[in-house]
Amino acid sequence: MDWMVSLQGLVGGVLIGLSAVWLMGAMGRIAGISGIIGNLITQRPKGDSAWRVAFLAGLVSGPLLIIAVGGGLGNVADAPGAVIGAPAGGVPLMLLAGLLVGVGTGLGSGCTSGHGVCGLARLSARSMAATGVFLIVAIATVYVMRHVIGGGV
Amino acid sequence: MSGVGVKTAAGYIAGLLFGLGLAISGMTDPARVLGFLDIAGAWDPTLMFVLGGAVVTTFIGFRLVFARGKPLFAGGFQLPSKQELDAKLLGGAALFGIGWGLSGYCPGPAIASVGGLTMPLFAMLVAMGAGWFLARELSP
Repeated sequence: MDWMVSLQGLVGGVLIGLSAVWLMGAMGRIAGISGIIGNLITQRPKGDSAWRVAFLAGLVSGPLLIIAVGGGLGNVADAPGAVIGAPAGGVPLMLLAGLLVGVGTGLGSGCTSGHGVCGLARLSARSMAATGVFLIVAIATVYVMRHVIGGGV
Repeated sequence: MSGVGVKTAAGYIAGLLFGLGLAISGMTDPARVLGFLDIAGAWDPTLMFVLGGAVVTTFIGFRLVFARGKPLFAGGFQLPSKQELDAKLLGGAALFGIGWGLSGYCPGPAIASVGGLTMPLFAMLVAMGAGWFLARELSP
């Protein structure tokens, strides 16, 4: 195991945690990406949109800042130091995956951040159940794609 | 600064910390995520460290924040009140799991990767947005 890779994972995870703590401490909000951005684009809630747009801008500018700073601070698997990795498939696969991620996180009221980070930290039973389900289903999906169908994604 | 200005700045800081965390941890690389989910292949433990670091930090931080009684720039904490483990929650989580396993993208990393936009990522983002609208239509 490459300890530097794992250490970067841990440092990045702590930063994501600090983001969640800051958003709760400052705004009283759960740092769930599908909730913040999904509600922004589907509802444009009056008087409650500006901070969501700002969050979106911050989310996109984080990786850009790491690229601008240079010094290989990224953690892409096949290109050490690179920041943004290549998609794992073509347009048709991503259209299907994107639709499932959108519908699923919309119906399930959360994704890896809202349920997986904030929900687990709040010891929410709903978030623990949701996280267990999406992790197991994602593992099964990768197993089928890579080892049953075998074409690889 | 006005109330809106303060909230906007606070939102930007939260998004920036989140984006920096995704970039430094390597979660903006779908190969790292799929490598974690591929337990029968060359398993990549990175996501475990990311989730562990994030959950432990949030677990401690939330308790400190809740102990203060009220957020800095808002009237109160907005926390989910639902308790039921219903079909919508679990079915939604399952659909999300399929999409996550197919692409290696969950919403945060997909959006944070816009700086390295490709046609497949663009397709992912458009479809994800359409999925959010569809979920609203399907919800009572």
